[in-house]
Amino acid sequence: MSNVLTRKLSPSKIGLAIAAPLAAAIFSIAISSVAVIVSKKSPLEAFKTMWEYGTEVGSLMEIVNTATPYYIAAIAIAVTFRAGLFNIGVEGQLRLGALFSCYIGAMFVLPPVLHVAAVFIVAMTFGGLWAAIAAYLKVKRGVNEVISTIMLNSLAGGLSAYLLSKHFALIEEGSNNLQTKQLPASAQIPDLMPLLRKIGVEDQPGGGVYGMFFVAVALGFIFWFVVNRTRFGFELRASGLNPIAARVSGVNSKKMTFIALVISGAIAGLSGLPEVLGQTHSYNLGFRAGIGFSAIAVALLGRNSAGGMAVSALLFGFLEVSSRSLELIDIAPETYVIMQGSILLSSVVAYEVVRRFKLTLQSNELAKVVQG
Amino acid sequence: MSVAVELRHITKRFPGVVANKDVSLKVETGTVHALVGENGAGKSTVMKILYGMQRPDSGEILVNGQAVNFKTPNDAIDAGIGMVHQHFMLADNFTVLENIILGSEPQHGGTIDFASARKKVVEMAQQYGLDIDPDVLVEELGVGQRQRVEILKVLFRGARILIFDEPTAVLVPQEVDDLFQALEGLRAQGMALIFISHKLDEVLRVADEVTVVRQGSTVAEVKSKDVTARQLAELMVGSELPKPSTLGHTRREEITLSLKDVSVPTTTGSRDLLANISFDLHAGEVIGIAGVEGNGQAELVEAIMGLRDYTGSIQFNGSGIDDLSVADRHDLGIGLIPEDRQRQALMMNSPLWENRILGHQRSKPVMRGFVIDKKATVDSTRTIMEEFDVRAPGPDTLAAALSGGNQQKFIVGREMSKAPALLVASHPTRGVDVGAQGAIWDVLRKAREKGMAIVLISADLEELIGMSDRLLVMLRGSITAELDPAKTTPEQLGSAMTGAA
Amino acid sequence: MKLLRYATMLVFVLASIRIITGASDLTSTGTASAALLLSVPIVLAALGGLFSERAGVVNIGLEGMMIMGAWAGGYIGSQHGPWAGLLAAVIFGSLGALVHAIATVTFGVDHVVSGVAINIIAAGLVRYLSTLLYKGGSWPGPSQSPGIETIPLNGLPVLSGGHYFGWKSPDLLGSVANLNWFFISDFASILRGLTGDVSYVTIVAISFVPLAYFILWRTAFGLRLRSAGEAPTAAESLGVNVYAMKYAGVLISGGLAGLGGGFLAIVAASNYQENQVAGRGYIGLAALLFGNYRPGGLLAGAGLFGFADALQLRDSAAIHALLLFIVAILLFVAFRKFKSGKQLSAVLSLASAGFTLWFFFAVDELPGQLVTMTPYIATILVMALASQRLRMPAADGLPYRRGGLR
Repeated sequence: MSNVLTRKLSPSKIGLAIAAPLAAAIFSIAISSVAVIVSKKSPLEAFKTMWEYGTEVGSLMEIVNTATPYYIAAIAIAVTFRAGLFNIGVEGQLRLGALFSCYIGAMFVLPPVLHVAAVFIVAMTFGGLWAAIAAYLKVKRGVNEVISTIMLNSLAGGLSAYLLSKHFALIEEGSNNLQTKQLPASAQIPDLMPLLRKIGVEDQPGGGVYGMFFVAVALGFIFWFVVNRTRFGFELRASGLNPIAARVSGVNSKKMTFIALVISGAIAGLSGLPEVLGQTHSYNLGFRAGIGFSAIAVALLGRNSAGGMAVSALLFGFLEVSSRSLELIDIAPETYVIMQGSILLSSVVAYEVVRRFKLTLQSNELAKVVQG
Repeated sequence: MSVAVELRHITKRFPGVVANKDVSLKVETGTVHALVGENGAGKSTVMKILYGMQRPDSGEILVNGQAVNFKTPNDAIDAGIGMVHQHFMLADNFTVLENIILGSEPQHGGTIDFASARKKVVEMAQQYGLDIDPDVLVEELGVGQRQRVEILKVLFRGARILIFDEPTAVLVPQEVDDLFQALEGLRAQGMALIFISHKLDEVLRVADEVTVVRQGSTVAEVKSKDVTARQLAELMVGSELPKPSTLGHTRREEITLSLKDVSVPTTTGSRDLLANISFDLHAGEVIGIAGVEGNGQAELVEAIMGLRDYTGSIQFNGSGIDDLSVADRHDLGIGLIPEDRQRQALMMNSPLWENRILGHQRSKPVMRGFVIDKKATVDSTRTIMEEFDVRAPGPDTLAAALSGGNQQKFIVGREMSKAPALLVASHPTRGVDVGAQGAIWDVLRKAREKGMAIVLISADLEELIGMSDRLLVMLRGSITAELDPAKTTPEQLGSAMTGAA
Repeated sequence: MKLLRYATMLVFVLASIRIITGASDLTSTGTASAALLLSVPIVLAALGGLFSERAGVVNIGLEGMMIMGAWAGGYIGSQHGPWAGLLAAVIFGSLGALVHAIATVTFGVDHVVSGVAINIIAAGLVRYLSTLLYKGGSWPGPSQSPGIETIPLNGLPVLSGGHYFGWKSPDLLGSVANLNWFFISDFASILRGLTGDVSYVTIVAISFVPLAYFILWRTAFGLRLRSAGEAPTAAESLGVNVYAMKYAGVLISGGLAGLGGGFLAIVAASNYQENQVAGRGYIGLAALLFGNYRPGGLLAGAGLFGFADALQLRDSAAIHALLLFIVAILLFVAFRKFKSGKQLSAVLSLASAGFTLWFFFAVDELPGQLVTMTPYIATILVMALASQRLRMPAADGLPYRRGGLR
C-alpha cells in the first residue's frame, strides 16, 4: 500500500529520511579524503586519529561545550529560516549580547539565580535590539535582510571594539588584553562536574561541561514546541511555506517578520554566553569569533529542526575538536574546515534532490490509489 | 487543400496519470479546427506535444505529409508550427519588439538588428490587422493587445500552422470579434489554425471542424455545421452535464453583508480600482458578481476580507468591520474560497491536516488555547475528506499530490467546517473537473438553503446564472447593472459585462 | 545630462565643505585616486551581481567568489606575476560560481541558502589552503601570501602626466589643482585623481560597465540571458535554453567577482591577506540595488562606496567633515518631503539634520574603530533609501524547471 503517503514509519520512509544525510556524509568524506591525500597523508590514518582523540572523555566534554553555542545560535537562525527570512546577523547579535551582558552584569550583585537571569535578559535585549534594526529596515523600507544583517555584523564588530577599548574595559597593568570587569560569582554558571562525577566521570584538565548545556537543551524543547505546536509557530511556518496564503489566512506578515527577526536576535544574544558565563567570566579581545557563521551551517544541515540541529551541532563540534589531533600526524588541523564545508554543501543539495524525488514518488502512489 | 498537420495515435504518460491515449487529429490548410474537451481531458498535453514542449511516448506527428520528431520547441518552430498560449508568455519588462524577436533575433555583425526587426513587425502587423506599437513595454498593454503580440510572435517565425490555446478566456466580446476577424484573415492566407476551447458556442461560430477529447482519448471528429453545442458538451462529458441551478427562494430577512460606497483608490493615476460599491446581501441569498477579469472583482474580494484598504463602510451582521484585521474577520464568520488555490489557499508541501489549520488557526477544533490540538485537527480533516469526497489516502497526504478538483473540494470543505455566515467564493470551480464542479455546486446549494450568504464571483456565465439569486455586473470598478438571473441569457450577460447593453 | 548636473552639484557641495572645515582630503587628488581604486572591486562585484540576477539567480555568494579570486590572485600572482594572478582570480571565482550554478540551477537549492553556504565554504577553503602553503614553507604567514609585482600605472596624456613611450607629458590638471581655487581646483583635482596614475587593470575594469550594457541590451545573448530572469517559461517556449543562460549568468558573475578579488590583492594591495575582501561582495550587491539593476546606476553606487572607503582609509578628519555632507543631504531630503506634503517625514529629516550638526560640533575626532565602519553604514543607508523603488527581474530568485514544473 501507499506507505509513502500515509503511514508514519515504514522502511521506505526511513530510507528516504536517511538518504540525504547519508549521501552528504559519503560525499564529504570523499572530499575530505582528497584534501588529506593532497597533503600527502593517509585518509584512513587521519580519520582514525580523529576518532580516537575525539572519543576521549576530555574531548567529549569539549565537544559538548563547542556545540552548545552553535546549537543556541542555530536555533536563533532557524526561527527566521522557518519564516522564510534569513538572519545572517547572528554573529553581530551574539557579540553585542555578550559584551553588554558582561559589562552591565558586573555592575551589581544579585542572588545567584537572579543574577544569571539578569545577565540573560541583558544579552537577549541587546541581541534583539540589534536585530530590530534590520527588522525595521525590512518592514518599513523593504531592505533585504540578508545584506542588512551582514552589514550589521561588521558594524557590531567595530562598535564592540570601540566600546571595549574606550569605555568598557578595565585597564590592566602589564597586560595587552582588554577585558571587562570580571563577573561576580553570582553571575557565573557552575559547570556540570558535580553531576558528572556522580556517574563516574573523572575530572579532566580542560575543565567541565558548561552549565549552559541545560539551557541549550531547554531552548531546543521550547523551540520544537513553539514552532510545531502553537498558533504562533504555525503562522511562522506558514509565512515561510506560502507567504501569500498565510496573509490570506489572517497572518499579519509585517508583524510576523518583525517579531521573528527580533526573537531570533534575542536568542542569538544568548549564544555568546556559554563560554563567558562558564569560563572566562568577562568579555575580552579573545572572544571567540565565527560562532554565527558556523551556526548557519549547523541550521542548514539540521534542516531547521530541533533534533537535526542538535545532531549537526555535535557533529561540527566533533570535527572541530577532534581535528586538533591531526597536528600530531602532521596534517593541518584546518582540514576540519574542508569537512564542514563539504558536508554543508552536499547536504543542502541532497535535501533538495530527495525532496523532489519524494514528490514524484508521492504522485505515482497517489495515482495508483485513485485509479485502483 | 492539403493536410497541414496530422497526429496519429499519440500516447503520453506522466507519473501517475495517462494524459493522452491514442489521440489522433487531422487539420487541413485554410481551415480552423477546434479541439474541445473538459478540464483535464488532455487537450493541453496534446498541443504541448505538437509544439515540441513534450515528447510523446508513442505515435507519430506529420507536418505537410512528412513525419517529424520534435525535441524542443525550436524544432516545431522550424517546421512552421506556432503556439499562441492561453496564459501569455510575455516578459513584462521587455518591449513588444524584444518579446517578438526573442530566440530568433535578426543579427547584424554580432549585435541585434533592431531596425530591420522593427520594420518586419510593423509590416506584418498591418498585413494581418494586428496593430501594435513595437517599442512599448508589454506591462503597459491591455489583454487584447498582449494577445496580438503573442500572435505576431508566431507569425514572425514564419508559422503556417497556428495553435490557439483558449484564446477567448480573458477577452471582452468586442476583443473576441477582433480576434475572429484576424483568424479569418489568417485562414484566407492558407494557414491551418487549431483552436482549443471549452466555449462551445464560440467554437461552433469560428471552426470548420471539431475534434472532441475525453479522458485522454479522441472520441469524435465532426463538422461544426453538423452539431449543436449541447451535443458537443455531452460528447465531452460522456453523460448528462450537471446543471448549476438553485431552486426556490431561501432568502431571509436578516442582512448579512452590507457595502456602502466602498472604494479603493488607484495608485497609478488612471481610474479607481473600486468605485462606490454598494449592495446588501441577505442570509440565504447568493449574489453573483459578473465581469471581465480585471474590472475590480479581485479588489472587491480583498476589501471584504480586509486584505486591502478601502474607503466607505462594510457591515457584517449589522456591525461595521472596517477596523477589523483579516484574522478578526475570519473569526467573525466570514469564509473565503480564493481565486488561486495553490497560491492563496494551500501550503503545497504540507500534509492536508496542516492545511486544515490554515485560515482557522485561532478557532476550535483545531486549537486548544494557543496550542494546536493535533488529534482534533486530524479527525476534522478526515471528516472533511469523507463528507466532501476528497480522494486521497489520508490526512497525511501532501496537498501537492492531490488533483486540482480534490484540492478545491478540500478547501470548500475546510471553509464550510466552521459554518460561516458569509462565504466569499471566487471562481470556486475554475480548473476543476466536471464531477468536482457538480459536487461543489451541491455544497453551495445546500449551504444557501441553511441560510449562508454567498458572494459568488465567476467567469463561467452558466455558473453565475444558474447559482445566483441576483446578478451584479462590474465594469471598471463600479456596478453597472443588476440583473435577474431567471430572465437573463448568457449572451445578455456577456453584453452587459462589456457595457454594450 | 542629468548625470553631469548631479556631479557638478556634488563637487560644489564637497568643495564648500572643504573650505568650511579645512578637510582638504575631501576633494584631493589622492582621495579621488583612492576612491577610483577602491571602487573597482565593488564595480566588478556589482557587475557580477548584474549578470547573475538578470539571469534570474540571486547571488549572495559574490563575497565567497571574491575571496577565492583574491586568494588565487595572491597565490598565482606571487608565483607567476600579476597578470597570471588576475587570470587565476577569474578562474577561481568562476569555479565558485560553478558550484553555485549547479546547486541552484540544476538541483534547485534555494539561491540564498546556496550563496551563504558558498561564502562559508570559500572562507574556510582559502584558510585551509593558506595554512597548507605556510606549513609547506612557501608563504610568510598562515594568512598572507608573498608579495606580488606591481602592474604599472599610467595617465591621460597632457592632462594628467601620463607617460608614453618614454615621454612624460605635462600635468595640466595637476597644476590647476594646486592653485587651490574654490570649486575649479576641486574639480580639477578630482579629475586628475580619476585620470592620472591609473592602473591598466582599472581602465579595463571600468570599461566593463559600458561593455556589460552593450552585451545585455544589444546582443542576442544578452536578450536571452535577461529573458531567463524576466520570463523563463516564455523564453523556453521560444526555444531559448534557459538553463544555459542561467549558467552563463552565474559563471560570468563568478569570473567578475573573482577578478574583483584578484584586483584587491594585486592592484589595491600587493599581496593576499586574510579578510582582505571585508564584505565588498555584499557592498557590490548593494551598489547593484542602488543602481536598480542597471550598469550606469551601479557604477554611480560603486563610486559612492569607493569614495566612502577611500576617505576612511586616508583621513578620519575627512569623515568628520562628511558629517556636514550628511547634514546637507538631510536638508535636501527634508525640503523635498516638505514640497510633496509629507510633513512628518520632513520634520524627521530636519531633526536628523540638526542632530548630525550637533554631533559634528560635539565630537572633534571620530574614533578609529567607528571610522572603518563608514562603508557598511553607507551601505545600509543607501539600501534604506533605495530599496523601495527597485525593479528586479521578475523571475529573480525563483527556482526554474524545464517544462514549468516545480
